[in-house]
Amino acid sequence: MEGSPKTPSVRFNAEKGIIEIKGRSIPENAIEFYKPMVDWLDEYSRNPAKETVVNFQLEYFNTSSSKCILDLFKKLEAIHKESRSVIINWYYEEDDEDMLEAGEDYESIIRIPFTMIEMEEQ
Amino acid sequence: MAFNIQQSYSKMNEGEVLLAYKGSINTDLITNVLDVVESKLEDARSVSSVKKKVYSVLVESLQNLYHHIEDLPGDMKEQFDTRFGILVVSRMDDLYRISTGNFVRSSKVKHLKEKIDKINSLTRDELKDMYKFVLNYQKITDKGGGGLGLIDIAKKTGNKLEYSFQKYNNDYYFFNLNIYVTEPSE
Repeated sequence: MEGSPKTPSVRFNAEKGIIEIKGRSIPENAIEFYKPMVDWLDEYSRNPAKETVVNFQLEYFNTSSSKCILDLFKKLEAIHKESRSVIINWYYEEDDEDMLEAGEDYESIIRIPFTMIEMEEQ
Repeated sequence: MAFNIQQSYSKMNEGEVLLAYKGSINTDLITNVLDVVESKLEDARSVSSVKKKVYSVLVESLQNLYHHIEDLPGDMKEQFDTRFGILVVSRMDDLYRISTGNFVRSSKVKHLKEKIDKINSLTRDELKDMYKFVLNYQKITDKGGGGLGLIDIAKKTGNKLEYSFQKYNNDYYFFNLNIYVTEPSE
């Protein structure tokens, strides 16, 4: 799924177990946007890859998206609980402490260790 | 003293104004405002972390307006656009101010006031806990908001939310919210 000014680009690869969400997530109504992803993850969790790698690389997200993102993480947590490996990479731009903190907040709620990756500014 | 919208608007237009808007708040407007402010911020001298904060707090405050704006009754509709709101983004010395204004039903004033006072009374750590609690346990409302907007704004800016309610008539108050993003001191 391609990104737009208010929504991120999304790439799901069930076979390889790769999930990538990149860009901005600031739609007025995030539920509409995230529903297909939550459904996809539901389906995926029935037969996940041995290892699932999730790359979150968000520049901005609004509070409407924040709840939907938590829903995604809860699905991933369920996969993790089934003793499947789930790796979450949380990218944030250099000096963006708010984005780092947002990652830490999620990490403390869902109990899967995150890898925090700082990106140099271009 | 009777409430005067023009007076309020002029008062909000203090400092170096990056953008001022008075009228209907809809999704296209939000997209346009974000575009304009983003490009103005690119030219501004502030450090990138401050520009990011301004942008992200602006997103939140606009969408708060969008989700909470009231449908005005007939006699007010003649004077104001549907979904009427005010937004002014300005810069003064070492801070940015995002100022919003909208009509709020009298019956909702008390609740909103209490909510903001509560947020303003919390320390940074308490705000962080409140944010996580609401994120985790509160359902998204049918309006699409999660009750997180103001908490998020207070948490990101680290500043108190400044507000006023001015009586417009028996049914409505005009709610003005000022959000400040300060430049870090050198």
